Amino acid sequence: MQSRRIAVLLFHPRFENSEANLALYEAALASDGVTCRDMYELYPDFQVDIETEKVCMMEHDVIIWQHPFYWYNCPPLMKQWIDLVLEYGWAYGKDGNKLEGKYIMNALSSGGTFEIYRRDGRNRFTYRELLSPFDQTAFLCKMKYLPPFVVPGANRITPEDLEKFATHYKEILAFLRDPERDLDSLDKVEYFNQLTPQSQWQEAYCRTR
Amino acid sequence: MAGSILQDTLIYLGSALVFVPIAKKLGIGSVLGYILAGIAIGPFVLGFVGKEGEDVMHTAEFGVVMMLFLIGLELNPQAFWKMRRTITGLGGLQVLGTIALLFPVFWLGMAFSWQASLTLAMAFAMSSTAIVLQTLKEKGWDRTASGRASFAILLFQDIAVIPILAILPLLGRQVVAVNNHSSGGVAAWLSAHPSLAIALAVAFVFIISRFLIGPFLRIIARTHMRELFTASALFFVTGVAWIMQYAGLSAALGAFMAGVLLANSEYRHELESDIEPFKGLLLGVFFTAVGSTINFHAITAQPVTFAVAVPLILLLKAVVLFFCGRFFGVRGEQGWLLAILLSQIGEFAFVLLASAVPLGILDKPQGDVFMAVITCTMIVSPVLLFLHEKFLSQRFLHPEPDPDYAVNLDEHQRVIIAGFGHFGSTLGRFLRANGVEATILDNDSDRVTLLRKMGFTVHYGDATRLELLEAAGAGKAHILVSAIDSPEKNLALQETVHKHFPHVEIYMRARNRMDAYEFIDRGVNHIYRESTHASLEMGIDVLGALGHRKYTVRRKASEFIKRDEAALFRLARTRHDKDTYISSVREEIEAQEELLKADSQFREDRPDNAWDKNRLRG
Repeated sequence: MQSRRIAVLLFHPRFENSEANLALYEAALASDGVTCRDMYELYPDFQVDIETEKVCMMEHDVIIWQHPFYWYNCPPLMKQWIDLVLEYGWAYGKDGNKLEGKYIMNALSSGGTFEIYRRDGRNRFTYRELLSPFDQTAFLCKMKYLPPFVVPGANRITPEDLEKFATHYKEILAFLRDPERDLDSLDKVEYFNQLTPQSQWQEAYCRTR
Repeated sequence: MAGSILQDTLIYLGSALVFVPIAKKLGIGSVLGYILAGIAIGPFVLGFVGKEGEDVMHTAEFGVVMMLFLIGLELNPQAFWKMRRTITGLGGLQVLGTIALLFPVFWLGMAFSWQASLTLAMAFAMSSTAIVLQTLKEKGWDRTASGRASFAILLFQDIAVIPILAILPLLGRQVVAVNNHSSGGVAAWLSAHPSLAIALAVAFVFIISRFLIGPFLRIIARTHMRELFTASALFFVTGVAWIMQYAGLSAALGAFMAGVLLANSEYRHELESDIEPFKGLLLGVFFTAVGSTINFHAITAQPVTFAVAVPLILLLKAVVLFFCGRFFGVRGEQGWLLAILLSQIGEFAFVLLASAVPLGILDKPQGDVFMAVITCTMIVSPVLLFLHEKFLSQRFLHPEPDPDYAVNLDEHQRVIIAGFGHFGSTLGRFLRANGVEATILDNDSDRVTLLRKMGFTVHYGDATRLELLEAAGAGKAHILVSAIDSPEKNLALQETVHKHFPHVEIYMRARNRMDAYEFIDRGVNHIYRESTHASLEMGIDVLGALGHRKYTVRRKASEFIKRDEAALFRLARTRHDKDTYISSVREEIEAQEELLKADSQFREDRPDNAWDKNRLRG
């Protein structure tokens, strides 16, 4: 079986100032078989090239939206990308089945932490709840929404911790790429963060032949 | 060796083809190249042409006439009126000052009669319009302080020739009939009343330029025969020159006047492009003829006079020019440049001396030796300019930046901007605002002085010269921005950089689509057409004013640019497949047509699905 093809689409309007996203992106760049695209660099004027993006989607099995979680949401270029690329009749709606069976996930950096993103926390909603528009977008396009990966407290993170997150991200990428792994059973997982490197979680998702 | 017209043409053109490229390569300018070519073919070296050089010169003076017509075309009457103070003030000061200084030199120093001294002083106050304007254009100095001052002075001198020619007969010892128009009644009557003739001629030129030539050219243009249009342009310029000369005025001045009057006409550009090649060619022949008529016998006959006169005249003229310039605000390095630019004696001096000899003011040997002096100053002046540019100019440009504007130069300068005019300066300011210090190459010394004061790293001179590029660190540079006003210079720069610094990425300013094609042919990838972005920005606002939603229009504009760029590169490749003989104008129209065709598909080609709810219903 062939490895899954992964595309990391990085959306960061001020990437040069983001240590967390740089660490993750470098981890992705260093991973085998991962296409990395710095979207704000490609479309500084927001003129997303729909054809190019569609081709990119078709050529990959797993799409990762990597972005900061500004105002509980994605940066504007990412919304622009969703608006323009996921066309009616192509991604959804009548005959819109080009993305069927693909996997999509959010890998985000957040200023807050899991404690704050809780019903009784300051932000009142969980990350998962706030990400539900992306979950539903995936659903409408017949894609499978993977558990998100969050780098919390990204504004004050220590280099050591960041290093751990980057390693974790790398493991996730390798895991997603491995055709032996059963991604469908990940739907019981809330966040990739819960599957820590120490827990040997990857074995649990081995595909039964 | 007397030959047929064909043979002469062959000699003149051939010598130019040999010498001018060499002169260009050596960096001494084309004018000197032509003059050297003239000396080589003249009677004293190879002897290909003999005494008829003088006749050729008279024909070729017509090049000067055409040049003034073209200058006039670029100056509309309002602009000319604005310059009137500089022309009369600066020009008048220069002419009177030079006469005042030279007159005692000839009268007391060389013991000429006062009449001869005055004639020589007046003749030598003139500078060479042909040489100076050609140089200004070649070096791109037209808009510098010294360039503008030179232009004003030359214009005044061209006007001053008329009264000087009128004074000469009064200084003569023998009374000679100046006007030999004995043909008929009207002509004879007019030559008897010269001032009336002049007034009539001026009025006539004014009326045809202002009212008749426009409708006439419209009729000619309707025949769609290009050569007929060229013929009428030539006919018009020649006619004006002839009328003015017939009335006893300077032909060049008449042509200039006609040019100014036509500056606002709709056929200005057509006229310009039609006359331009003739002007260039005739000027070349004129300079060659100047070279071929140098009388080396006259020089050897009076070596002392000659050896003293040439440097002395150059020096005195330069001194007067320097102080006149200073008085009118041309200071520092620009003042020196002005002094050197105009220090030679002009072609009008040939005319003045030629009429002074038959009047008995000067005798023939004296006339010959001073003719040689004139030519010699013409030869020396490009050499002086070359030396000035090479050595002198650098010393006058403040090398120390003003500490008030000092910037951190730690960052290795990886960008070179050639040309800091309107285009380059906006770019340079933007880079600097973002902490990127570019090295700048510019040939306006006033600007260089200012920029150095502001802490920029600036190299003065012609950016297409290899030494300058080396000095500016092109060997280590990453990017070179070619932002010179003249497309020819940008092309030359691209060629040099591509050849000697192949690692440097060139970012090219292009005026328009046609220039862009040229650059694409040479393998330049980063081409920025001046016309594209500003024009589409305006398009966005125009559509917005018509009620279109601005964001939608902006998206359309971006897509339009993308398609236009793609079309640019596609057409650049295919345009060579067509008949190469079609003229550039025709080519441009065809390119337009193809673009418009492509645009008509713009809307049908790719439906705009973005945020379109109609699609969801269907």
